[in-house]
Amino acid sequence: MKPMNEKFEVKTKRKKPPKAEDNKWVLRLYVAGQSPKALTAFANLKKICEEQLEGKYSIEVIDLLINPQLGNEDQILALPTLVRKLPVPVRKIIGDLSDTERVLVGLDLFHVD
Amino acid sequence: MKKAEHLLSQATLQKSPTGIQGFDEITAGGLPAGRPTLVCGSAGCGKTLFGIEFLVRGTTLYNEPGVFMSFEETNEELIKNVASLGFDLEDLIKHKKIALDHVHIERSEIEETGEYDLEGLFIRLGYAIDSIGAKRVVLDTIESLFAGLLNQMILRAELRRLFRWLKEKGVTAIITGERGEDTLTRQGLEEYVSDCVIMLDHRVTEQTSTRRLRVVKYRGSLHGTNEYPFLIDETGFSVLPVTSLGLEHKVSNERISSGITELDKMLEGKGYFRGSTVLVSGTAGVGKTSMAAHFAEAACKRGERVLYFCFEESPSQLMRNMRSIGINLEPWAHRGLLQFQATRPTFYGLEMHLAVTHKAVNAFNPEIVIMDPINTFILGDTENEVKSMLMRIVDFLKGNQITALFTSLTSSESALESSDVGISSLIDTWLLLRDIELNGERNRGMYVLKSRGMANSNQIREFILTDNGVKLRDVYVGASGVLTGSARIAQEAHENAGLLRQKQDIERKRRELERKRKVMEARVAALHAEFKSQESEALKNLEAEQEIIRLQKMDKIEMAASRKSVTEKRKTKKHTKP
Repeated sequence: MKPMNEKFEVKTKRKKPPKAEDNKWVLRLYVAGQSPKALTAFANLKKICEEQLEGKYSIEVIDLLINPQLGNEDQILALPTLVRKLPVPVRKIIGDLSDTERVLVGLDLFHVD
Repeated sequence: MKKAEHLLSQATLQKSPTGIQGFDEITAGGLPAGRPTLVCGSAGCGKTLFGIEFLVRGTTLYNEPGVFMSFEETNEELIKNVASLGFDLEDLIKHKKIALDHVHIERSEIEETGEYDLEGLFIRLGYAIDSIGAKRVVLDTIESLFAGLLNQMILRAELRRLFRWLKEKGVTAIITGERGEDTLTRQGLEEYVSDCVIMLDHRVTEQTSTRRLRVVKYRGSLHGTNEYPFLIDETGFSVLPVTSLGLEHKVSNERISSGITELDKMLEGKGYFRGSTVLVSGTAGVGKTSMAAHFAEAACKRGERVLYFCFEESPSQLMRNMRSIGINLEPWAHRGLLQFQATRPTFYGLEMHLAVTHKAVNAFNPEIVIMDPINTFILGDTENEVKSMLMRIVDFLKGNQITALFTSLTSSESALESSDVGISSLIDTWLLLRDIELNGERNRGMYVLKSRGMANSNQIREFILTDNGVKLRDVYVGASGVLTGSARIAQEAHENAGLLRQKQDIERKRRELERKRKVMEARVAALHAEFKSQESEALKNLEAEQEIIRLQKMDKIEMAASRKSVTEKRKTKKHTKP
């Protein structure tokens, strides 16, 4: 569990491909540098995950300014983009994730109360 | 001074040659270097190919690597699609000369939540450019983004930024766009890319399609403004810059044989000028193709290369038919001196024909081009277009010092001199073949309607197809008009008989004259004789009269004497009359 501060940690090396552990959520956030949009997106994502998926998620942040070649795999155009690698199917959410409801829809986490 | 130089160098736009056949001529050097160019057109008009060829030629000919960012086709599809055009993209990618990047957006996978930008695209493109040191970029078709992303405001702002960014990067870019209803592109990309706009078009008229290209706009450069036909074939893209090359072609004084000795004789005994345009026109079945075949054979015998476009017969049919009049074209075709291009005129549009002709001529590099016949083109197109096309072909061939022979079918209703396609003014030597119908026979006549720059014969000749090819005979021209065939033979016999009669007549007259002379001479002799007899008579009379006079004188003397003496008178009498 990473501390929730203003900055986020950037992975410079790829991890092993995520394994389909039981109910494990693998999320990947693509950003370009520490831009305001990127920071907002990271903060929003963190908040949603804590609320909805406590303890069963991992977030990998990829900075395309550092590793531009990593953008191709997930067909990244818009930044920031959140990619739900697991559970399948892959979902993509673009934008700063400020619209929580749409993020939940996008992640397939939306429960009708 | 330095400042002026600087200004000048700024004033002339740097251009990046595309290497696409003909395109660089229209644009006087290619696309604006370091700037984006919009290539728009409807589906299937060749936008992607234009882009690919721009990159492939760029890297192979000008050593400028390129990035192809595809928003539609995957890399594999793309490689496969252009392989048919002879581009080995895989090899170029391996040698880091071309980079492909397929950008795929699936609308259903994407959820938009709040603010974003397209920095990801910039990074990808920038990475691809830097990885191979690209100088050229193609974005095909960036408008797909509009289907994948909902927030148009962001998208438009980002596109504007993208094109500015491309300019800053200094890459020569092609952005393709689908043609819209009233606008050049569906999403109005022309708003952002305004330096150079090229429109591709794929039009179908009368069921034949023609591809055309037009430079809509080119800031800071002269460019051809017309619509130019272009061609996509196994060697890629080729644009035809020819509208008219002007009338500046060099001329040759060399003469080449028409393949028919008698015809050569009609043309100062030497034949056509090299590089001239010959038209053989006539009604159906008068032997136009035979004349063309003669010309082709003669050229091949000289070792020249002949390109024969046949629009009505297949090559093998043509060769078979020509064999029947003793012209064997097959060996020449085998030896590669004679090449046939057989297509139905309706197979392509006019421009396409022009393009095909260009390509074929450039590839085969012939000395002689034969088009048989030219007026089948009219089927689907208006006369004007055909004329302009033929004019371009003629100009093109003349520019290359190629002797052209066209045949043209005239319908029997229209005036013979009006060649259907109205290209008579383009023609240097015009041979007219015509039917002469007489006495239930149909014979062929031929004459030289015009032949620029030579003293041609004004005679009509009878045109006979024999086992040994075409023969030209003098026709009988008499009081009853032009006679050919059996009528000519009959007339000749008739004439011979007449001649004989005349001869006999003369003979008879001569004899008559002789007789008259004899009569005259006889008469003269008779008169002579008569005169002689009369003369002698007269002389006798005269003598007698003189005697009488003398006797009278004597008598007088005697009388005088007798008056003196009678004896003396007697003596005198005895003395005078012994």
